[in-house]
Amino acid sequence: MALFRAEGLAVHFGGIRAVDEVSFEVDEGEVFAIIGPNGAGKTTIFNLISRLYTPTMGRMSFRGHDITAIPAHRIAGLGIARTFQNIELFAKATVLQNLLIGCHCHVRASIAAQILFAPSARRDELAHREKAEDVIAFLDLQRYRDAHVGGLPYGVRKVVELGRALCTEPKLLLLDEPSSGLNMEETEVMGFWIEDIKKDLGITVIMVEHDMNLVRQVSDRVMALNYGRLLALGTPAEVQSHPEVIRAYIGGEVPA
Amino acid sequence: MRTLFKTDYRQDLTIWRHRGDLFWYGLLLLIVLALPHLLGVFYIGELGAVFIYAIAGVGLMLLTGYTGLVNLGHAAFLGIGAYTNAVLLTAGWPYLLTLPASALLAAIAGVAIGIPTLRMSGLYLAIATLAFGEIVSNVLEKWDSVTHGFNGLPVPIPEIFGYPIAGATAVYYVALAMLILTLWIAANILRTPFGRALMAIRDSEVSARSMGINVALYKTVAFGVSAAMAGLAGALFAQYVNYLAPNSFDVLLSVQFLTIVFVGGVGSLQGVIFGALFVRLLPQAISIFRDDLPGNIGHLPGLDPSLFGLILVLTILFQPTGIYGGWLSLKAWFQDFPLHRAGGFRRQRSYAKSERV
Repeated sequence: MALFRAEGLAVHFGGIRAVDEVSFEVDEGEVFAIIGPNGAGKTTIFNLISRLYTPTMGRMSFRGHDITAIPAHRIAGLGIARTFQNIELFAKATVLQNLLIGCHCHVRASIAAQILFAPSARRDELAHREKAEDVIAFLDLQRYRDAHVGGLPYGVRKVVELGRALCTEPKLLLLDEPSSGLNMEETEVMGFWIEDIKKDLGITVIMVEHDMNLVRQVSDRVMALNYGRLLALGTPAEVQSHPEVIRAYIGGEVPA
Repeated sequence: MRTLFKTDYRQDLTIWRHRGDLFWYGLLLLIVLALPHLLGVFYIGELGAVFIYAIAGVGLMLLTGYTGLVNLGHAAFLGIGAYTNAVLLTAGWPYLLTLPASALLAAIAGVAIGIPTLRMSGLYLAIATLAFGEIVSNVLEKWDSVTHGFNGLPVPIPEIFGYPIAGATAVYYVALAMLILTLWIAANILRTPFGRALMAIRDSEVSARSMGINVALYKTVAFGVSAAMAGLAGALFAQYVNYLAPNSFDVLLSVQFLTIVFVGGVGSLQGVIFGALFVRLLPQAISIFRDDLPGNIGHLPGLDPSLFGLILVLTILFQPTGIYGGWLSLKAWFQDFPLHRAGGFRRQRSYAKSERV
């Protein structure tokens, strides 16, 4: 059974159809890439899945449950985590604090218990700290643990954001352009991490990506979009040689 | 320079970073407890007022410094707390009930202003809270049957376990106890997910939401907790002044609380204490130098408020980390002497907005 399913998903901003009746399924354990030219609606789909936008039409379901109308702050608790295209970290906090915020959806102690620092709050803290340390070890962030995020190089911040998403212990991870702003070497490392996340942690990944080398390296299936519409869906090789996709990227006539 | 070697996650959960901290804060507590035997009544009264301002300042620090919500109506919560305390004491309630009741009523008012302003931030929130402050101030003036309007409201002298809370020394000790309680609560908030959620909302609301933080809930609770602390401060303030007038809780007082937060150092609880000392001592300093100023500058109306405004602006421009931030840089300079250089190998503590206590 599909882990995530979108049926006839659409969102309109005024007259603009940012996403226009797109349907797709993501199976458990795969890396699913979304490609397309600028303005194709890739990030909009992420914003729909993480419920920052409300779809105009269509339904989304995750592990068999309808998530079309669930409030945004409950999405992380269900097991969907995301990163952002332009890094939305908490810049004035340390790396460790950012990771601990990622653990927020597992807080059990009530606000009152936290204000009084009751034993339940202490247990929460210790559990979160252990989880954060696991992620630090997994992503090799030890030397940045107490550094303030605002002063870190872009590539490291990108990894920290990935770590923060992992701290929510997701089943489904949404990566919005994991390679943007990274050099070739860093992009390659990012690719290895995505493979590790899939194989070692068993997390399903949906990623928006422009770098076709990375897409070929890690993804099992690719979906190509243009103007909010689905162009092609299949293996990386199939999609890359699909005439509609080539036309969307390069332009020109395609024999009918 | 002290290097901390941590061997247990529990070491990160303590309020004190190490035993040295515990020693110095313990010493400070002993000194503060002994002060009434060493200083005159006037100074004890002033220090009591510093504690009361600091309690309200901690509340505003949580809201403005950590959650990033500017509040120009903080004095209104103080007023609500003060009048609640006075009215309930007059009705014969015991002091140990009127204090929490004042905090509670102020918290309810805080939630009431927090919910409609959920989508506001920055300048718009400042204007909305300013308006709220004016409304409360007007209600206190016009609601004769309860507040006695401009005739003022005498505050009865309460008792704790048969001991009357009257005079500077008694108010000083009660305010000190309440300040310690407030600081403990604030420190707890800052070391738990609640506090981190507030900082997350301040830094990036979108990603806070994606991390599972219920932004609306936390903003509202932040308003409530902040207002509760101001209400508690107000209840003590009523004891401090003995006689309540509605115009004590105006926008100038709110600006003074903002000054505490910014001059003391945004994002640090220690900064609140420095800020409160500064704000309470500045008018005294002005009155000392008033007569030495050339011409009649010293007697111009509005000298105090303009000075507060000027200092607030200059601090935000030139020393954004406030007094506490300045102290940390100075400490770092001496610890690294003679190797210190700006932006050197040390972790930049001066930018540690989200630092725990």
